[in-house]
Formats: sequence, structure tokens, C-alpha cells
Amino acid sequence: MLRDALTVLSKDLRIERRSKVTTTQIAPFGVMVLVLFAFGLDELVVRGPGESSANTVSAAAVSAGLFWLATLFAALLAVQRSSALEQADGGRDGLRLSGMDPAGIFLGKSAAVFLQLVVLEVLLAIGVVLLFDATLRNPLLLAATAVPATIVLATTGTIYATLTGGQRSRDTLVPLLEFPLVAPILLAASQATRAALDDRTIDGWPWVRLLVVAALAFTALGVLLFDAVLEDL
Amino acid sequence: MNSQIAARVCAVLGAVVLGVVVVLGLFVTGPDVVQGEYVRMIYLHPAIAWTAYSGVGVAAFASIAWLRTRKMSWDHLAGAGIEISAVFTFLALVTGSIWGRPTWNSWWQWDPRITSTTLLFFLSIGALTVRRLDGTVEQRARRSAVVVLLAAVNVPIVHFSVDWWRSLHQGRTLARVDRTIAGLQLSTMLLSIVGFTLVFSALLILRARTNRWEDEAAHGGLGEAVSIRRAEATGSPAAAAHPGTV
Repeated sequence: MLRDALTVLSKDLRIERRSKVTTTQIAPFGVMVLVLFAFGLDELVVRGPGESSANTVSAAAVSAGLFWLATLFAALLAVQRSSALEQADGGRDGLRLSGMDPAGIFLGKSAAVFLQLVVLEVLLAIGVVLLFDATLRNPLLLAATAVPATIVLATTGTIYATLTGGQRSRDTLVPLLEFPLVAPILLAASQATRAALDDRTIDGWPWVRLLVVAALAFTALGVLLFDAVLEDL
Repeated sequence: MNSQIAARVCAVLGAVVLGVVVVLGLFVTGPDVVQGEYVRMIYLHPAIAWTAYSGVGVAAFASIAWLRTRKMSWDHLAGAGIEISAVFTFLALVTGSIWGRPTWNSWWQWDPRITSTTLLFFLSIGALTVRRLDGTVEQRARRSAVVVLLAAVNVPIVHFSVDWWRSLHQGRTLARVDRTIAGLQLSTMLLSIVGFTLVFSALLILRARTNRWEDEAAHGGLGEAVSIRRAEATGSPAAAAHPGTV
């Protein structure tokens, strides 16, 4: 299973390295979402040169939420892209005929999405520090939050995108399925990230534990169910 | 017992029990010291929420059973469970909102149970949408089972996350050691849960049967579907050839 996972992972990453979709489309999209939030929320988060910060809300409170919303939107693009790779040129038939363990395929595709999202999150973290004056107080807590939360985004997104891969309505269907499912993950990750970004009123570690449980649960479910998901391709 | 008879028995018993609940809830029990007349919502709202969560539970169980056995009757049951859950989740949100307006002075609050019920509603809508995608009945059952199980696993995660987030709700009325409800109020509320469970069972059986007929109609074509419906309506022997077992 792990060998199959590594094969699929290296295949997807090789395609991404050649096509550069993550770096030229998904990453700029994620950063652009951060900038758009500043326009949308205006004086709540934006402070001009020399202006008092009295009217702006806590940088940690806003930055954490924006960081995870931008990640979620970009994750949708990443998982749909990952699924689309298998739709073209009879890739899905090749995947089924390859004889690889479905659990390995699931882990490999999820890991590829996970790694792309981690790269994006590094960019977004730099973005919130630069654009919203956030201070990173506890990098370890941020990393401990980002890893399980991103695993949930990658695993659930991979399941849904593969499940709806052959449908004409998949572009609208994946967000409909994914958003309510990852809503508690977004909540937990935002709270823990607030704690990591200089908000001493919140203890981030209970949220991290919840995220770890969710990451383990959804990964286990994906390993068990992906056989059925692949039958549908 | 034939499923149609079982559905009728559950429906009749449910109607009788809920009739008693209406009399007890509106005319026998009195207003609450704190909540006044609005306390009567407790005879309706918790039972509706219970039914909504029962629907998800049944759908999750049936989905696991389908994945193990691949018998379509489990998929029909899962479809019925998730559909009833969607309707009752919506009703739970509406009745909760009606109660919240005078009590909290707001139609909506970001309370843990309201938030988790809202997310459950959208998860149910997602599962229903997936069930209506193009494909064979096998594909529908497979997609539905995966989506329902993901949603079911998410229920406790949603519960804990929003519970830690904030809490404005009544709190657990029944599970608490120092119960804030007792006597006739408690009996009426429990009776309401029994009544709604009976109605839920009737709806579940009837909807699972309808799902089965829909599949048979799609498989056999319109002509066969019409003859099955006619035979079922008239109780002719043709209906016996298609017993509505769930």
C-alpha cells in the first residue's frame, strides 16, 4: 500500500512540477483571496500609514480566519485539479487497471494535495504577517495545527473530487459537499492559529487534539472506503 | 410482518400518541415560571431534533450494511433515512428559531447545537444531491454510502468543535443531574419523542418502499411502473408479486 502511495504521489508531483499549475495558478489565487478580504472587510482590517489601530480588530483574530478561508478555497482548486488529472486521456481507466491498492492510490493522491497545500500555507502565512500585521508567537503550534487540518482538507477533498469526477456538475458539487464537512475543521484550525498568532486568551492545544482526531478519522475512512470510491470512476 | 402493515401500525400509533401530546402540551400542562407559554415548544422541538439525528443514524447504519452486503434494500433505507433527516433537521432549525425569538430576542444565534444542526442540514442536502446524480443504482448506492459515512463521522467532530466554541443553548435538559424539567412536563416531552419516533418509523418504511418502487420502475420502464402502481392501489394479486419488504 505504501509503495503504491509513493508511486501515485511521485506521479502527481511530477505532473505538477511540469505543468506548474500549483505555483502559477493555485498559489496566486490563494494570495489574491487574502488581498480581496482586505478590500471586502475594509476598515475592519486595513490601517493606513500613521492611522490609529483603534478601529481595526485584532490582527490575530482576523488573520487566522482569513488564512484558513484562503487555504480552503485554494484546496478546492487543488483537489479538483488532482481529480481532473485522472479524467483526461483515459487516466481513470489506467488507474483502475494498474492493479494498485485503492488505499495506496488514496494516500498518494491525498499526500500530493497535502504537500501542495503546505507550500501554499507557507506563502499565506507570510502574506498574513505582511498584509495584516500579524505576529507569529508560536510557530510550533501553527505547524501542529496546519498539519492535521491540511490532512483533513486533502483527504476529504480527494474523496469528494474522485467521487464526483465524472459528473458535469462536479465543480459546484465538491464545494457543496466539502464546506459543511470541513466547517468544524476551519473553526478548530482558526482558533488554534489565533493562539499561535499572539492571542493569549485561547489555549490552542485542545483544538490541535481535535484536529488530530479528525485527521486520523478521515484518513482511516478514506483508506477503508476508497475501494468503493474508485469503482465509481 | 409485512412492511406496509408495519408502516400503517406505526403511523396510527404515532398519530394517537401525538394527539395525546397535543392535549397534554396545550391544555393540561401549565406555563413555565421562567419561559411562560414558550415552554410548550419543548414538547415539539427536542422530538423533531431527535428524529433528525435518528435519520442520520439509520442512514449511516444502512450505508455500512450496503457496503458489506451490496443489497439494494439497504440503500433504499439509507436514502429514506437521509431524506427524512433533511426534512426534520430543517424543521428543528425552524422550531428552534421560533422559540429563540422571544427567549433570546433573536431569530438566530451562533449557539453550538444550532450551528451543528445547520451543518447537519447542509450535509444531508449534499448527500441527497449525490443520490440524484446521473448513473446506475449501484453507483448511486456507492456514492451515497461514502458521503453518508463521511457525514456521520463528522457529527461528533462538529459537536465538540462548536460546543467548545460557544454555548448559549438550553444545555442538556435530560442528561443533567439537576434536571430542570420534571413531572408532567417531562412525561409529555418523552411521550412526544415516542410519538415522533413512531411517525419517523412509518415514514422510513414508506419512503424506503417508494425508493424500491422507483428503482423497479426505472428498471422496468414506464409501462411496468404503471401496472405495479395500479395493482398496488387495487390490492390485486399483481401487488402480491411485488411485496414491499424493506
